[in-house]
Amino acid sequence: MKMPVPDGGVIARRREIVEALRAIVPGEGVIVDENELRAYECDGLTAYRQLPMVAVLPSTVEQVSQVLKTCKAMGVKVVPRGAGTSLSGGALPLADGVLLGMGKFKRILDIDYANRCVTVQPGVTNLGISAAVAHEGFYYAPDPSSQIACTIGGNIAENSGGVHCLKYGLTTNNVLGLEMVLIDGTIVRLGGKHLDAGGYDLMGIITGSEGLLGVVTEVTVRILKKPATARAVLLGFPSSEQGGDCVAAIIAAGIIPGGMEMMDRPAIHAAEAFVHAGYPLDVEALLIVELDGPAAEVDHLIERVEAIARDNGACTARVSQSEEERLAFWAGRKAAFPAVGRISPDYYCMDGTIPRKALPRVLQRMQEMSDRCGLRVANVFHAGDGNLHPLILYDANKPGELEAAEAFGNDILRLCVEVGGVLTGEHGVGVEKRDLMTDQFDEADLQQQQRLKCAFDPDGLLNPGKVFPTLHRCAELGRLHVHQGELRFPDIPRF
Amino acid sequence: MTITTLKPETAAQVADAVRWALSAGEPLELLGSGSRRGLGRPVQAAHALDLSALSGVIAYEPEELVLTALAGTPMDEIRALLAERGQHLAFEPPAPVVKGGGAKGGGTLGGLIACGLAGPRRIAAGSARDHTLGIAGVSGRGEAYKGGGKVVKNVTGYDMPKLMAGSFGTLTALTEITVKVLPAPEDTATLLLFGLDDAAAVAALDLALRSPYEVSGAAHLPAGIAARSAVAAVAGAGGAVTLVRVEGFGPSVAARVAMLREELSADAVLVRDDSLALWAEVRDAVWFGGRGTGGDARHLWKLSVPPSAGPATVDAIRRTLDVEVFYDWGGGLVWLTAPPDSATTIRGALSHGGHATLVRAPEAVRAAVEVFQPLPEPLMALTRRVKDSFDPKGILNPGRMHAGL
Repeated sequence: MKMPVPDGGVIARRREIVEALRAIVPGEGVIVDENELRAYECDGLTAYRQLPMVAVLPSTVEQVSQVLKTCKAMGVKVVPRGAGTSLSGGALPLADGVLLGMGKFKRILDIDYANRCVTVQPGVTNLGISAAVAHEGFYYAPDPSSQIACTIGGNIAENSGGVHCLKYGLTTNNVLGLEMVLIDGTIVRLGGKHLDAGGYDLMGIITGSEGLLGVVTEVTVRILKKPATARAVLLGFPSSEQGGDCVAAIIAAGIIPGGMEMMDRPAIHAAEAFVHAGYPLDVEALLIVELDGPAAEVDHLIERVEAIARDNGACTARVSQSEEERLAFWAGRKAAFPAVGRISPDYYCMDGTIPRKALPRVLQRMQEMSDRCGLRVANVFHAGDGNLHPLILYDANKPGELEAAEAFGNDILRLCVEVGGVLTGEHGVGVEKRDLMTDQFDEADLQQQQRLKCAFDPDGLLNPGKVFPTLHRCAELGRLHVHQGELRFPDIPRF
Repeated sequence: MTITTLKPETAAQVADAVRWALSAGEPLELLGSGSRRGLGRPVQAAHALDLSALSGVIAYEPEELVLTALAGTPMDEIRALLAERGQHLAFEPPAPVVKGGGAKGGGTLGGLIACGLAGPRRIAAGSARDHTLGIAGVSGRGEAYKGGGKVVKNVTGYDMPKLMAGSFGTLTALTEITVKVLPAPEDTATLLLFGLDDAAAVAALDLALRSPYEVSGAAHLPAGIAARSAVAAVAGAGGAVTLVRVEGFGPSVAARVAMLREELSADAVLVRDDSLALWAEVRDAVWFGGRGTGGDARHLWKLSVPPSAGPATVDAIRRTLDVEVFYDWGGGLVWLTAPPDSATTIRGALSHGGHATLVRAPEAVRAAVEVFQPLPEPLMALTRRVKDSFDPKGILNPGRMHAGL
């Protein structure tokens, strides 16, 4: 994985750049000490590390605006960062770039129950939003597994999901308004407390843009009332095919569960050994189906799901009889990543989406790849929406194993695309999947996306080296080849 | 002013047509069935690009919750296909309105998505943009490209499908669209509250929306509107009627109706057919002319505001204008008819935030007035650059959203 070649000319001007930043953000807000910069050298994708040239931690929107304007004027690249929990390297610094940390934007600005929304600064954690409204029985629905640490600004950048997003949507479906600063320092506001933002859906483009288009400085999200009840069913199947069929049958019956998670045999065994959740060990696939809503609805649907599971060959079926038991069902699933971490020195978490019907084929092919490269793989699967998280087990201390794990991971993601799916369901492209983008998109697709970036960031200074495998200059992308005297479409019917 | 209509039959022909238009410097007006042509500013183009021949469902997989169709596929066809499997488009697309010409069926998928519309269920299920998963089309550069994907969960690259929803054909001539489809509710019922003024009604809707009972429709019909409903229980109420809808599985609907009835002190409950009929009226704003009517001298506006600010916004407008209104989205959507030349007053009343769209007015008016809310300059500048990145020569639907864009 190659990052853009650092610009020696920019690095040579480091002192001048630091001075300019210090004039905007006083005191300890500008970090140049190597030991202090270490804190920013990587994000959740720890295999890649790079010290930034300098880090700046503004605390006001005006400072963010001035920092970006100054960086643009000086031709310096900027990497925005929230809590640094990205699993795809979205916040990986650049040797010739400014790291723009948004950690000081921690205030909850407005809680508005009458409009069922909350306005916060981007450094507020995902869970912090839910905590702020919990006493009124509300919560913020998207729940990425890093929700205790990850910030809403990072959630906007990555369009984060979670186990409940089939029913409640990703970040993009729960954002009402944004304030953001463009690279030229311009502050724009999109949406607000009203439902339809108006104009082009720029909020839809910003959400999931991985820090390439602007820096978000304020976020308004909608909040929901907590469901009155939630119960879960734990289902075991003799084959992943039957588990997949059961998921399809539940959806075909018109049921959209609050959560629907599947684990394969290696993941079940690792989780059970770790947390003793009471999972059956003699099954090939384990399915947790959670129904939430009014008690009458949940009771009704639990019975239907049980019946559907029996029809689809479930060999075990347990319904949670108490809140403790429901949480116990989830404990194993939620601990699946650390559980796998216990049975292997290192693991590499992948994130692709497939049409669910392709699951048996994908698992089969993945097993063949695993046998070939000699690395084990365990699978957890957001079964409702087809989002697959294969965990590749490896040992970074063994020469070549990291590279083998990455190659295996890339093959899995190519397989996801081959069966009609996509490279990433919720972790983002970042640096991790950047070079695979050409497997999913044609050159024309990527060029149009990059032209859109040019509309926000004509000099390509925001987070370069992420998402796009090849960087083009905007002037080159914008060139239009018009062929005069184009045939007047002899084949097209006209009237 | 259309002189020639081009009717490509394949995506490749669409690209040919746009490339010709580029070389000739001739803008194109994009059309599906033309049923929503009256929405937005009139496009000044001598050539129309009729996409209705690009018709047909390419893939429908109910268990995967996705449907892919060519952009010109009639919505009636899609709706019928989904209904066979008990599914629907959850954002409750409104029926098209054809000014003076009668409805041409239900419009096309491409037209629906391009206009980015949603009905009463917007409050619970989101809008067209939330259900648009993938697109293929031809940019104003004459280049075919695709964006998004054909699965329900995807964050690979920029979310181009969202940008297409509500862009009124000004960025890309869509040729293929993948949408998320969801199970249609098994049952539905609506609680009615009689005699509330606007402010009390929105307060009651707030109470309903704050409950954990998954309310999927929250509207308020002042007396003059309620009287025009075709649903007897509403028309016969003799005053204002406030509506709270719940949908879902039978036992769940029954339980939630019982709880809400008590908590809201509701006066009556409409069950299935009456509930469906009433919300179709709300969805299409039929009381304000609805489909196919011409000759109404009053203009129809749609205001998207913070829900709690709906009544105050209307009060501010009423200080100078004689308007008739009803509310949807818990107060956050105000349908309003006003005399001509009301744009400045209406937009001047939006001190609580939000924006106003002129939904129906004669063509000459829509050419002269900002149909969509004017954007603050930094945002307008960005909007122009976004337009240029897809359509640098202004070939696709120029002026449909904003003059000069």
